[in-house]
This record gives sequence, C-alpha cells and structure tokens, in this order.
Amino acid sequence: MFRRTSHYFSLHAQNFLGAFGRLLRQPVGSAMTIIVIAIALALPAGLRVLLNNFETLSGSWAGAIDFSVYLTMEVEESRARELAVALERRDDVLQVVFVPRDAALEEFQSYSGFGAALDALDENPLPHALVVRPAGDSREQIEALAADLIELTETELVQVDTAWVERMRSMLLLVARIVDLATVLLALAVVLVIGNTIRLEINNRRTEIEVVKLVGGSDAFIRRPFLYMGLCYGLSGGLLAMLTIVASLFTLTGPVRSLAGLYGSSFELRGLTPEQALLLLGAGAVLGWAGAGVATARHLRAIEPT
Amino acid sequence: MIRFENVHKRYPSGRDALSGVSFEMQAGEMAFLTGPSGAGKSTLLKLIALIERPTRGTVLVHNQNTSRVRRRQIPYFRRRIGIVFQDHKLLNDRTIFDNVALPLVISALRRRDIERRVRAALDQVGLLGREMNSPLTLSAGEQQRVGIARAVASRPDIVIADEPTGNLDPALSLEIMQLFERFNDVGVTMLIATHDLELLDRLDHRRLRIDGGKIAKAATDV
Ligand SMILES: Nc1ncnc2c1ncn2[C@@H]1O[C@H](COP(=O)(O)OP(=O)(O)O)[C@@H](O)[C@H]1O
Ligand SMILES: [Mg+2]
Repeated sequence: MFRRTSHYFSLHAQNFLGAFGRLLRQPVGSAMTIIVIAIALALPAGLRVLLNNFETLSGSWAGAIDFSVYLTMEVEESRARELAVALERRDDVLQVVFVPRDAALEEFQSYSGFGAALDALDENPLPHALVVRPAGDSREQIEALAADLIELTETELVQVDTAWVERMRSMLLLVARIVDLATVLLALAVVLVIGNTIRLEINNRRTEIEVVKLVGGSDAFIRRPFLYMGLCYGLSGGLLAMLTIVASLFTLTGPVRSLAGLYGSSFELRGLTPEQALLLLGAGAVLGWAGAGVATARHLRAIEPT
Repeated sequence: MIRFENVHKRYPSGRDALSGVSFEMQAGEMAFLTGPSGAGKSTLLKLIALIERPTRGTVLVHNQNTSRVRRRQIPYFRRRIGIVFQDHKLLNDRTIFDNVALPLVISALRRRDIERRVRAALDQVGLLGREMNSPLTLSAGEQQRVGIARAVASRPDIVIADEPTGNLDPALSLEIMQLFERFNDVGVTMLIATHDLELLDRLDHRRLRIDGGKIAKAATDV
C-alpha cells in the first residue's frame, strides 16, 4: 500500500519537475507569461494591502473627533468649569475646552448670518458647552466615552462630528468593493492567459499527443503534464507577484514614515502577512491549474490519431 | 484473435475504402496484408487499433467486439496491441530509452521494471547500448527497430505493422521481417501490411490480398 502510494507520488513529482523543465526550455516566452500573470495577481493583492493600511489609518483618525457637550440651561458657569476640570482628569480624555454661552453666541452671530434675528431675542438661547477631545484611538473607547458624557446630569446634548469619518469609511468600503471586482476580473484574466498558453503548448505537441494516444495513453495521462504546466505558471506568477509587492512596500516604507512623522503620527506601513503571501501563492496555483484544466478539456479531445 | 465479418468502411468523403471484408486470424498466426496502394490496407489496420470505426460489419479483436469499446476504454484496448508505423512516429526530443519506455510509463510500471523491459526490447532489436541517444542519431533501419521495440515493450499479444519497410532497402527490409518472425515465434500474432511482393517471396507466411476494398479469394489460402 505504502509502496503503491509512494510510486503514485513519484509519478506526480516527475510530472511536476518535467513541467518546470519545459518552462525553462523556453525561458523568454515563459518569462513573459509569468510576468503577465504576476502583474494580474500583484495588482489586486497590492491594492488589498494598501486598503488594509488605509483602514488602520482611518481607525486611528477616529481619535481626532471632538465631542461638543451642550449643558442644560440651568448649569452655572462655575459648575461648568468644575466639570471641565473633572473630565480632563479622565484617562480617556485628552483635553476639555470650556465654551461660555456668551462666547458661543458671539461666534454664532458672526458666522451664522442670523446676526439680526438673534439681536431681536432678549435672552441668549445658547447654553454653556464643553469641547471634549478623546484620548483613546479605538472606536469602542470613544463610544464608551460618549455614553458616559450623555449620562451626566448636566448634559443636554452630545454632538459628535463623525460625518467625515463615516464618509471616509463608506469611501473605503466602496474602494474595497472595487478591489473585489478587480480581483475577480484579474483572476479571470489569469485563467485565460494560462489557458491560452496551454492551448498553444497543446498545439505544439500535437504529434506527441497523437503518438501517446496510439500507444494507449489515457486522457488523464495526456492531461497531466499540461495541468502541471499550468500549475507551474500559476505558482511562478504568484511568487513573482509576492516579490513585487514586498519590493514595492519596501520602497514605500521610508517615504511613508517621514510623511507620518510630519503629521506627528507613528504610522507604519504594514506589509504582506505570511498568510497573505501563502494565499497569493495558493491563488496562483489554483488559477493555473484551472486555466490548464479549461484548455485541456477543450482542446485535447479534438486531437486524435489518423 | 482477429476476426472481420463483412466489414465496410466508408470515409466521410464518401470514399468506400473497404466493402465487405471477412477473414480470421488465429492466436500466434503471422500474415501479410498485401495489395496495391489505395487498396484499403491501412484502413483495415486502423479498424483493428480503433483509430477508425467500421461503417458496417463486425470487427472482433481479442474476442471482443470493437463496437462495444467506448471512447474512454480505447487507451486500455490499445495497450494490448503493438503498432508499427511506416514513418515509425518516434519522438525526436526524447531519448531512445524514453521512446521505448512510453507505453510502459503509460501503464504506470515501476521504474525498475520499465528499465528492465526497455533493455530487453532494445536487446531484441539489436540496439542495446544506444538508449541515451536521440532517435535522430540512428539510421532509417535502426529508427524503425526502435519503433518495433516500442511496439513490443509492453508485451502485447497482437502486433500490427503498416508498411514497416516502406522506406528501407531490400536488405534492411528482410532484417525487419525476420525480426517480426522472431516475435511471432514466441507467440505474438502478427499482421503486416506491405506491397513489397518480392520481399514476401522470400518469406513463407499466409497472405491476405486486398484489392478494391475486398479480400481477393485466390490469395487468401496461400
Ligand atoms: N481519412 C480518409 N478520408 C478519406 N479517404 C480516405 C482516408 N483514408 C484513406 N482514404 C481512402 O481510402 C482508400 C484506401 O486507403 P488506404 O486504406 O490508406 O489504402 P492503402 O493503405 O492500401 O494504400 C483510398 O482510396 C484512400 O484515398
Ligand atoms: Mg497505407
């Protein structure tokens, strides 16, 4: 049983090495095919890596949100100032700015265009307010802080300007969808490129296929070297795509670091994880095998000895 | 071993290559298939190897009705038949060893067994020691002997040959035929198509003469 299995595996190993040998025998043609495959694989994979980086970045930007806490009308200025100091002591709060109601009204009058209408009011309708800047980065921390602020008895209303973060999030979501679509289309392109390469190879080896059929080669036997060839193309393309991404990220690391430094951020570009690298190789292998599978299914049957 | 019953073959072009061929060959028999060019010799051999299918009639090989052999089973059917071609159909980008080994590799034999059988086959055709060369380094007669070694390497009990000496001079042709006789001596059923009647006069075997798509009666019993 074991001998039989090892015999079976050695047949496959032979086919695999044979396929690589064939690729090496036409180095220029093979290299061009492999480069095309690598580009088609590297594009979606590279975009995905950049997207992941942006998502991390947008997560840390959430920390730049300020809360506007409007206090109830009853709260006196002294109580509001005490509250500001108390809030600033919290670990999850970076800074609290007290905005007195009069200052708020002045600002409102000069910027809102309702100056005249507000003049007509006897009383200042605005309450005292606190502008709270969170210290935490994560969404959970910020949401927890917001909940605490709303719970305060002095609080009338908490306003968060998250609109731009949400806009950014939905933009990233859209980009992610586009990358998904590009991934599917480029995967299809890889299948077609490999399928076409294998079709040409089948045509070149027409006589050989006929002879093999004449001496009793089964369809599976005839397909095998072509499937392995597709696998080799896919794996080589995946490997080259991986190297391309690693090299590109490497050249970007320095500039990104200095740019982030200018903004006082310690953001670091994240590269391919080992899982992503393996996934890329696996995708290359699967697509290569599939492309060869399509080509052999379509073209081998038509070749019959006469 | 081989039996034709009123076999007709019309090609899609409308040409009738065989029209009512019947004959039988016993196991271990050796016969020559003769007749002028275009008589239908190649067509008859192709029906045996299932390269073509009869339009009408029955072809039995190994007591099996070939019309019952499905497409997927054809490879296994062909593994029991050795075929020798006029142009020997060797693969020039492979060594002589690999050419002869091909049917054995297809049958998934172990490397050790393959080596043993390839050596034995090459020994029988007198080409031992040249395994690692390309077929292109050989003369026409030697190339045909490699083709024969490939046909017998998997030890089929039927060997068919289509004008195997068509490209060879008389001396080499006789050598090839004597080689076939040696395989026949160990029990292989041999059917050899040739139009070289002078050569046949020096060999004493049954002849099937085919002309105009029919077996000519007079020659059948020679
Ligand atoms: N594939 C084919 N398509 C159409 N006609 C064919 C084909 N093969 C052979 N023929 C015709 O069938 C006849 C018999 O051919 P063949 O069996 O090759 O004769 P032989 O081998 O005795 O010279 C010839 O007239 C030939 O032209
Ligand atoms: Mg012929």
